Amino acid sequence: MSRLDVIDLGYLVAAILFIVGLKGLGRPRTAPRGNLLGASGMLLAVLVTLLNQSILSYWVLALALVIGTVIGALLALKVKMTSMPELVALFNGFGGGASVLVAAASFVEAVDLGLEDTQLSIAAAVTAFIGAVTLTGSMIAFGKLKGSLEWSGFPGLSLVRAASLLVAVPLAVLLVMQPENQGWLWALVAAGFILGVLGTVPIGGADMPVVIALLNALSGVAASTTGFVLDNPLLIIAGSLVGASGLVLTQVMCKAMNRSLLEVLFTAAPTGSSSGDDDYGDGVTATSGEEVAMLLEIAERVVIVPGYGMAVAQAQHAVRDLMVRLEASGVEVVFGIHPVAGRMPGHMNVLLAEAEIDYELLFDMDQINPTFARTDVTIVIGANDVVNPAARTDPDSPIAGMPILDVDDSRTVVVIKRSLSPGFAGISNPLFVADNALLYFADAREAVLEIVTALNEG
Amino acid sequence: MTLLIALTLFVLAVFLGMELISKVPATLHTPLMSGSNAISGITLIGALVSAGTDHTMLTTTLGFVAVTLATINVVGGFLVTNRMLSMFAGRKKNRS
Repeated sequence: MSRLDVIDLGYLVAAILFIVGLKGLGRPRTAPRGNLLGASGMLLAVLVTLLNQSILSYWVLALALVIGTVIGALLALKVKMTSMPELVALFNGFGGGASVLVAAASFVEAVDLGLEDTQLSIAAAVTAFIGAVTLTGSMIAFGKLKGSLEWSGFPGLSLVRAASLLVAVPLAVLLVMQPENQGWLWALVAAGFILGVLGTVPIGGADMPVVIALLNALSGVAASTTGFVLDNPLLIIAGSLVGASGLVLTQVMCKAMNRSLLEVLFTAAPTGSSSGDDDYGDGVTATSGEEVAMLLEIAERVVIVPGYGMAVAQAQHAVRDLMVRLEASGVEVVFGIHPVAGRMPGHMNVLLAEAEIDYELLFDMDQINPTFARTDVTIVIGANDVVNPAARTDPDSPIAGMPILDVDDSRTVVVIKRSLSPGFAGISNPLFVADNALLYFADAREAVLEIVTALNEG
Repeated sequence: MTLLIALTLFVLAVFLGMELISKVPATLHTPLMSGSNAISGITLIGALVSAGTDHTMLTTTLGFVAVTLATINVVGGFLVTNRMLSMFAGRKKNRS
């Protein structure tokens, strides 16, 4: 068996490990093993690649691998679970950036050696553009999720954005026709950078999970097209797998918001003009920790609905305390989680898992909705639009038709919220003035701890 | 590899990816994303060749940065996924 055969065989085994690993990641029981299989596939792929005889300077590789490993490991092990969305965005951007650089380096090298052909040029053009979009798009998403970036665009942004998308086509054609002119390649990268920035900047709040999932898909597509540049089947297979799974996830997120992907990307989220307090008049009933505790003492079934507010207040551990306290007195406690609660697909699930809350107690929207009618108390913690009954009842509402958690079906709804300020959709929430709703104005964490204290004292 | 074979691989892998992911519970959405994200760091193997070939200063530099970025993506991605998933698994043991 020649050296090349060993490499190709290694790649085949790596591809199988990726497929089996990805399949494993889809079930809670098999997920840790799936991740491990994926990692082994990657290690194998790297090891057999090092057998490649065109690699001459191993010290360059060793240095870059060590630097990358140290930075990656530090980031992964130090990050707080509440910062997970940022980190996923950051890693995603790095993947996209690497694809741009690899495509550029291989293209430049091929042209120097006179080996370029149309396929390679087209693939390099597509990779440079998509990879660049992924890189800057992820960086903007990172800044927005971190809360350090509040810029949401400028007048005429959509025109510049459309221009940066349209200009890519003639640039790619020029690159294919004049491959010796590197300028076209870098112009394509620049257009991608601009599109990535302008495509992500106007998007905020509840649309964020869609964008994160989409950027994830794009990083896969960029890896796949890099495979066309390098003529490498493993890159094509692994990249397409990730691209496809990212697209499926993007679709799931869009469905949960009743918006199409194009709407999320090209139209600003529909918003109302609620100013907060004024919309509700005297209809709001405020409550306290002690009152909620009294309600909970006589409850048989309690559903907790977490939202982004729980993440901001880092209230997940307090929520666990509450759950343990209630379970100790025989109350059934489960969680109802909206697919786009938080800023990333599955955000709430990760936070609750960090607080050691069993995932079997976490229910999807479809599972939990029929059970609200037999629920004594539902506690909404820092969620707003995803529990807004206007989505069901008011056909003119900006969120009309969005599937929501029907918390208003339960006997009593306690909404923990810092103020009556509207959610991301900027509309008032009729839930707050419903007869069975009580508003608990406080920071999520403090409120939950207050309830636990009251329960212990009572 | 001819273009047609490359395209065949691409299309089949897209279908396979969609099949594999279609019914993943919401609980696993985040680990799935970070885990698949780490797999998309497969660009690393292309980066290794670009960086190691010693063609010109430019390609070596591009390759070097690419290896660094892709390694952060791969190592960080798998590690953080593992960290998340061990939170799910650890609790199971505590209960039983």
